[in-house]
Order: sequence, then structure tokens, then C-alpha cells
Amino acid sequence: MSTLSDGIQDGYALEFRETTYRLPSGVPLLTGLNLRVARGETLVLLGRSGSGKTTTLKLINRLLEPSGGEILIAGRPIASWDPIQLRRGIGYVIQDAGLFPHWTVERNVGLVPRLEKWPQEKIKARVSEMLTLVGLPPVEFAQRRPAGLSGGQRQRVGVARALAADPPILLMDEPFAALDPITRADLQREFHALAQRLQKTIVFVTHDVREALFVGTRIALLEQGRLVGVYAPAEFLKATEPEIHAFATSLEFDGTQEGAR
Amino acid sequence: MNWYQFLAENRGEVFERLLEHIGLVGASMGIALLVGLPLGIALVRRARLQRWVIGAANVVQTIPSLALFGFLIPVPWIGGVGASTAIVALALYALLPVLRNTVTGIAEVDPAVVESARGMGMTSWQVLWQVQLPLAAPVMLAGVRVATAMCIGITTIAAAIGAGGLGVFIFRGLAMVNNQVILAGAIPAALLAIVADSGLGYFQRSTARR
Repeated sequence: MSTLSDGIQDGYALEFRETTYRLPSGVPLLTGLNLRVARGETLVLLGRSGSGKTTTLKLINRLLEPSGGEILIAGRPIASWDPIQLRRGIGYVIQDAGLFPHWTVERNVGLVPRLEKWPQEKIKARVSEMLTLVGLPPVEFAQRRPAGLSGGQRQRVGVARALAADPPILLMDEPFAALDPITRADLQREFHALAQRLQKTIVFVTHDVREALFVGTRIALLEQGRLVGVYAPAEFLKATEPEIHAFATSLEFDGTQEGAR
Repeated sequence: MNWYQFLAENRGEVFERLLEHIGLVGASMGIALLVGLPLGIALVRRARLQRWVIGAANVVQTIPSLALFGFLIPVPWIGGVGASTAIVALALYALLPVLRNTVTGIAEVDPAVVESARGMGMTSWQVLWQVQLPLAAPVMLAGVRVATAMCIGITTIAAAIGAGGLGVFIFRGLAMVNNQVILAGAIPAALLAIVADSGLGYFQRSTARR
């Protein structure tokens, strides 16, 4: 059976072609998106609330189905995948981590390997490896419940869970937005180092310009469901579009909050 | 003669009536669970149908129990005098709390948790069994608890249509104008309700801890 990793050898890991998403009521949330994500890069989707960035992310793992256009992973339309198999090959981290409160950290992290019916021993070893990777010593954390963890620790577990089955693609939806500024800065720094080391293709959603500039290899700015442009971090602040200007000036007084509102 | 003297002297019949009572409650709760749990699960994502079904169950709740027992007697198949009519009526009463708490319990599971479960590649069946039901269990069990306590109480009235149970002593006491005989039915029924409720309560707390 082919897996997502087989196809993503070189070229684009992910491609949007004229992708549109409308609510059943007809209201468009995303209009004619054309975007390519190279293998191993961290593409940031930046935008205000309601700009379509989370919609874009959910189209990738088929939590939403596009109303028009298509999305390709490794050159193959995702509509041709079984959604369950597709999702198991794509790591997913959301704002409050979405950990299962009735499961231990160990069981949470081992979720996808267990769904994929890995042998017990291999799962256990992988969970320990992942917890160590995100800076949570397994001896101390494996048997704890999410409720007994701090926000930052929960988010680390969320990242460990997303990486457990070694997916080639990682989707992150404002993963650090609910954390206090100091914890957030720590996690951003560690995540940045991790992303460079693991060479995953990452799509990272945020409304925080400073975070976008720090973690992104490229920044795609969305505004009202349309792509304004894609920029390298260095170009971003020099760009002249008024939408970018609004974001860039927000940095001057408070880059850590949603200053652009 | 005091109610406890009556109980002591008639302990054979009291025990028999108690078993009848438990049987009626058990059978009707069994039906209510068999219908209410799957129906509740099926209704979670069907808002319109959910309003209708829960509305109908609400209407049933407002019918006085004695009247409902009476209404069911002429109904073919399920009707007539005796236990089967009583079981149908009791199951109808127990349905609402079971149904409503199943729907509410599942609907109240943190949407972020369900979404991450789907996003990680769990099938809908896996999401239901491994995530939604375990997390909804305390709320669902609270519904079962309410339904059981209510059912034990209403079952005393089932004696009026010849279904037996501890209500037999209550109606006999009413006919004899003897409060002690009424108490001989009412007190064991109340104790049964307390025992069932605390047992289920213990079970509920143990699921909440998991």
C-alpha cells in the first residue's frame, strides 16, 4: 500500500489549485486559492480572524471538502485518498491541543500508531522517543492525564502526538495562541529548531505576525478568503500592500497580540 | 399493628412483591436503555428530528401515570391488565431522561477533542466508542439514575392495573384505610430507590474518574 511519504520525495508536497470553499448557505470562506508548499518548508498562513486560514488547513486533511478546485499532495489529488488513511499520514495540532482527557499522556501520544496497529512494544518505544523529543521526560509524564499538565506541557504532548506516526506533513492551527507569552516564546523557539531538524512539510496557521516571521520559511497572507501574496519573512515587512502594512505596523506597538484588529 | 410488624408477619409476600417490583423496574429500564441509548446517539447530529423526538418524550412525561396506565389497557398487543402494559408505560417514562442525557452528554463533549480525533484519522465509529461515549458516560449515567429512581416510584402505581409490585400494599392500605399497610409498601419502595440511586451514583462517579 502506498503511503503519503512515498510520493513526497521532491518537488511540491502540497498544492492548492483554484481551491474554493463555500458554506452550505453559499457564503464563501475561501476563494480561488492557488498555493504550492515545497517539501520540508514551514509555510505560515497568516491572517485575521475569519480570513480563511483555518478553513484552508481543514481542507488539507479533509475535515472540510472543497466546493471547487482541488488539492494535491505529492502530485496526487487528495480526493482520491481514503480520508481516514490520508489523515493518519498528516499530523494535526490545534489550539488547545485537543488531547483526550480520559487518556494518559502515553495513550494520547500513541493514538495514531495504535490506529495503525503497530505492535505494543514499538508503540511504547515510539511514545518515549516522542515525549523526549518535545522535552517531557517519559518517566515523569507518560502516566499523567492532560488535566494534570500546564498549557505548555499539553501543547508539547499535542506536538508529540502529531509526530508519533512520523507523518510527512504537519498541520498546526494556532498551536501556541492560548499560552502565556513566555511559554509561547519557549515553544516557538523549540518548535523552530525541531522543524529544521525533522524536515517535515509544515502548514502553520497564526494571526501573530511576530510568530509568523519567526517560524515561517514563507508567509502566505490571507484576507477575507483570498490570498494576498506569499513572501519570505525578509520581504514581508518591506512589501507595500496595504494589508501587509496593517500587519507590519501592528508589530511596532505590540507584536504579540492581535494588534491588527 | 405497626408497619414493621406487618412487614415481619407478611415477609413472604413482601419479598415476593419486592421481587415483582424489581422485575418491573428492570424490564422497563432495560427497554428504555435499549431504545434510548441508540436513539440518543443517532439523534445527536440530527437537530430537527431531535426536537421532535425529545418533544414527544416530554409530552409523555406530562401524562399522569395512572392515566397512562389506563390509556394503554385498551391498546392491542401491548395492552390489557397486567405487567406487560405496566412495563410499556414505565419504559415510556424512563425514556426521556435516558434519551435527553445521552444527547446532551455527547453534544457537550469538547468539540476540539472530537475534531482532533477526526483529524488524527479515527473513523466515526472509533470517535464514538473511544472518545464521545466515554466522555459522555457520567452525564448519560446521571440520566439512567434519574430514570431508575422515577421508575421505582411510578411502579407502585402499576399495582392499580394488576401488575403487582410493592404498590399492592399501598392500594390495599388505601382500601382498608390503614396507613400502616400503606407504609409497608411505601417504605420498602423508598429504600429500594435509595439503594438503586446510591449504587448507580457510585458507578457514575467511577466513570467520571476514569
